[in-house]
Amino acid sequence: MTAYSYYPGCSLHSTGREFDASVTAVFRALKIDLVELEDWNCCGASSAHSVDRDLSLALPARNLALAQAAGRDVIMPCAACYNRHRTAEHELQSTAERRRRIEATADFEYRPSVHVRALIEVLYDTVGPQALRELVVRDLRGLPVVAYYGCLLVRPPQVTGFDHAEHPTKMGELLGALGAEARPWGDATECCGGGLTLTQPNVARRLVTRLAERAREAGAQAIVTSCPLCQVNLEMRQSGRAERLPIFYISELVGLALGLEESKAWWRMHLIDPRPLLRGVGLMARQAAG
Amino acid sequence: MKSRIGVFVCHCGHNIASSVDVPGLAETLRRHPDVAFAADYKYMCSDPGQQLIRQAIADHRLDGVVVAACSPAMHETTFRRTAEGAGVNPYRCECANIREQVSWVHQHDQPAATAKAGDIVRSIVERVRQDECLEPLTLALTRRCVVIGGGIAGMQAALDVAGAGYPVVLIERQSALGGRMAQLSGTYLTLEGGSERLAQMIAAIERHANIQVLTEAEVTACSGYVGNFQVEVRTGRPGGAEVTPFTLDAGAIVVATGWDPYDLSRLPEVGGGLLPDVVSTLDFERMLAPGGRLARPSDGVVPRQVVFIHCAGSRDPEHGVPYCSKTCCMVVAKQAMMFRQRVPEGQAYAFYIDLRTAGKGYEEYVRRSAEEHGVLYLRGKVSAVAAENGRLRVSGADTLSDLAVDILADLVVLATPMVPADGAVPLGQTLHISTDADGFFNEAHPKLRPVETLTAGVYLAGTCQGPRDIPETLAQASGAAAKVMQLFSHAEMTQSPTVAAVVEDLCAACATCVGTCPYGARSLHPVRAVAVVNPALCQGCGACVVACPNKACFVRNWRPTQVMAMLDQVGWSGDL
Amino acid sequence: MLIDGRVDVKPDNSLMHRVNARAEQQVELCYHCHKCTAGCPVAQEMRFGPDQVLLLVQLNQQDRLLSSRDIWLCAGCEACATRCPNEIDIARVMDALRQVALAEGVRPADTSSVKFHRLFLFLVEHLGRMNEAGLLGAHKLWTGNLLADLGSGAVMVAKGKIPLVPHVLRDRAGMRRLFSRSLHPAAADSGAEEPGP
Repeated sequence: MTAYSYYPGCSLHSTGREFDASVTAVFRALKIDLVELEDWNCCGASSAHSVDRDLSLALPARNLALAQAAGRDVIMPCAACYNRHRTAEHELQSTAERRRRIEATADFEYRPSVHVRALIEVLYDTVGPQALRELVVRDLRGLPVVAYYGCLLVRPPQVTGFDHAEHPTKMGELLGALGAEARPWGDATECCGGGLTLTQPNVARRLVTRLAERAREAGAQAIVTSCPLCQVNLEMRQSGRAERLPIFYISELVGLALGLEESKAWWRMHLIDPRPLLRGVGLMARQAAG
Repeated sequence: MKSRIGVFVCHCGHNIASSVDVPGLAETLRRHPDVAFAADYKYMCSDPGQQLIRQAIADHRLDGVVVAACSPAMHETTFRRTAEGAGVNPYRCECANIREQVSWVHQHDQPAATAKAGDIVRSIVERVRQDECLEPLTLALTRRCVVIGGGIAGMQAALDVAGAGYPVVLIERQSALGGRMAQLSGTYLTLEGGSERLAQMIAAIERHANIQVLTEAEVTACSGYVGNFQVEVRTGRPGGAEVTPFTLDAGAIVVATGWDPYDLSRLPEVGGGLLPDVVSTLDFERMLAPGGRLARPSDGVVPRQVVFIHCAGSRDPEHGVPYCSKTCCMVVAKQAMMFRQRVPEGQAYAFYIDLRTAGKGYEEYVRRSAEEHGVLYLRGKVSAVAAENGRLRVSGADTLSDLAVDILADLVVLATPMVPADGAVPLGQTLHISTDADGFFNEAHPKLRPVETLTAGVYLAGTCQGPRDIPETLAQASGAAAKVMQLFSHAEMTQSPTVAAVVEDLCAACATCVGTCPYGARSLHPVRAVAVVNPALCQGCGACVVACPNKACFVRNWRPTQVMAMLDQVGWSGDL
Repeated sequence: MLIDGRVDVKPDNSLMHRVNARAEQQVELCYHCHKCTAGCPVAQEMRFGPDQVLLLVQLNQQDRLLSSRDIWLCAGCEACATRCPNEIDIARVMDALRQVALAEGVRPADTSSVKFHRLFLFLVEHLGRMNEAGLLGAHKLWTGNLLADLGSGAVMVAKGKIPLVPHVLRDRAGMRRLFSRSLHPAAADSGAEEPGP
């Protein structure tokens, strides 16, 4: 049985609880063990790299040390955590001088033995859309969505690089494997302003509202993401006259398609209730309201 | 004897056939008394079309050919060669233009267009009926080349022509060879090797058995024609001892008179000619001379902050010249890098409006000036340069950031345009070649004949034709040399025989034709009382034919009787 | 239209050199094609925009830049870095400008962002992980912006999305060592008051 270390990150223990719940449920169903890293720490997010480069590398490096000790590749569902850890990994592998500097602040000796993996990367490259398709018990036919990657999963490409930086396709293919209709659109990697949502809420509101408009124009009735910062920003800052679009985590839709009973609990945690949509397209029984 | 003329009417795809009844026209022409054969075909200029003509000439023993198709400018040569190949004298093959003159301009009236096409074809049939069998004229050829200008363009052309075994006379106004390149302290893209290469070139010229160098020499007059020029040369310094002019016979002339720097005093707003520390790029070349100390003119201090101003005087039709001088973007990048090598702690700024770096490795070179030498490029023209406490305040703008920018500089370098060398316009008049509005010599065709002039046998090389850099100049010089070699490779010169001729019995030697001829082709016979034609100079324009009071002149195959007979064929009602 | 009067270009290259060193970039490679600004999601909120910021760095316009709101507006989306024809990571240039501004104690135009980052890192330094309740509460108190997002905040608490009791790292001593070994965060450098947890 395959096993990965699991790094939920701070968001999956708070605003992204349904992401945590759906990821763990899906991997259980896929018979892939997730072992949470012991005593992991915050990656520092944008605050660390705004203030100090060394700190922004040392914080994730401490987690890489834990993963190295555990001896397994580590899955990081949160796009921001993934990006910060991949940046540290990239730096550790760049020059000996940079490696020594990070090793000194994070107090460990780096060996390139285990790797940081994004959720979509594992679902696509390890599990695969075909295998996933064979496990589907509830086809998501009739659910038009757009795959939204945001920034940190795909940029900068030399750091992330598991999908195309400007025209990524893996999330869309996974959604297709579930039976959902992934609509083509041009904003899959446009920034939602998630990093500014608390300090510059008006900027975030403008960006999110535009993204939702574009998704609607593309014929989508929901947006699918793999980033808890995007997800909460997209739910919290959608404004304008149009009805707000539900924002799904990719893992939630995988869980729904695999027929996981736990999924019902996830919808209740959303700020924009996706249940009317799911009922409308016949993916949820009408009497199961509440 | 009755003519046996073949008429070949072309559809030109739909170009002619859509508005002219081509088969009907061919059918009508078959009934013409002088037409022995008529046919139509989709594309007469194609291989099968030409084969049809050859076959008809053989089958019907044709002695003249009319191809009713496009303008003779397009395919006259093609069809004459076809006719000649099948045994018909090429000067008895003519094109009737029923495309440009008929189908394209009368697209909505087929009967009228067809009638007009018939008139034109019949008139050309009449012309061919009276056409003489002619042979091309042959002229003697002097295989010696005069090259005017001893810069790199002239030297390269001279070396190439001389290397092919032909004698060359290289005429330079200054006392030494080398031209403007000798004033450069470094050349892009490598900075090194420029002066060594130039010295090698001069040495190669001076020891070449086929090259005669005349320094302090100028061309004062030129007569003759391609293959047979007489070039008058005067040597000696102006104001010095006059040396009697002498004349050189030459078959070809290469003009390579180069460029002069723009007058700085025409740029007062940026201190040109007023402030000693505002210099031109050519001045800065001298300041950067290897081994010397880089010092600014006013006080000999080493400049640290240097501002370059691109397009100073160029691309400014209102105050300066309208054209782009083409080399300045590269020159500024080169000089900024040379400056930084001399003054490593210095900073160079460059105000530009566009960076034009189209050339192999050029863009990368300019990028290097920014990447490795920290040259700061600011997009905008400088509005003013003023002296301030021993320095220069440069007021400009960066239009990309919408910032007005002030820089206190130690030295300002103006990237001024190349202008034609002094005396280019009168030299052009001497050689009968034209100059453009800016004084650069005109090429025969801006795209297709870039090294020739409209005067046969006179070729252009280098910046006398327009601003260009060293590699382009060398390429063009070799191109001009190749044209000279091509000319010299012929055993004799050939010329179209459709030129003016004189009926001597009618000629009164009144010399009206001599004054009328725009090409200097007419003169009075030195002994006999008749006017004569120099066929090498005659362009067949017919001015003398019209001017001659005795009707003693005619142009071969354009005789007045021929023209009148052609007009008779045109179906006008007659009442004028 | 020209902005801001005239810029006096100083021969002193210190700002560009400091920014280049911190960001490990070569700002002088920029040839101002504006591709970064064209694709920047927040350029319209900025006074200068990414391209002009690079030019002002090239011109060493320290005073204008370090106190500008632009450097705190960058969302770090890296679209500019991905598309730059000269491979300049402009997001990292923005980070470097933030760091220089903090290190030099320049009063930021956007105090809300600076306070947010300081609080965030304070929590991580002492708890090892981020705690939204603490972060949001303290940030709202510190910025005096108590009512903003009250609705969604309350909903999140009700949905159990903002744990009131923080997760705390066991190896907190190690975390503090890591912080002190890194160049210490600006909160300490600039001598600004440190908020309590």
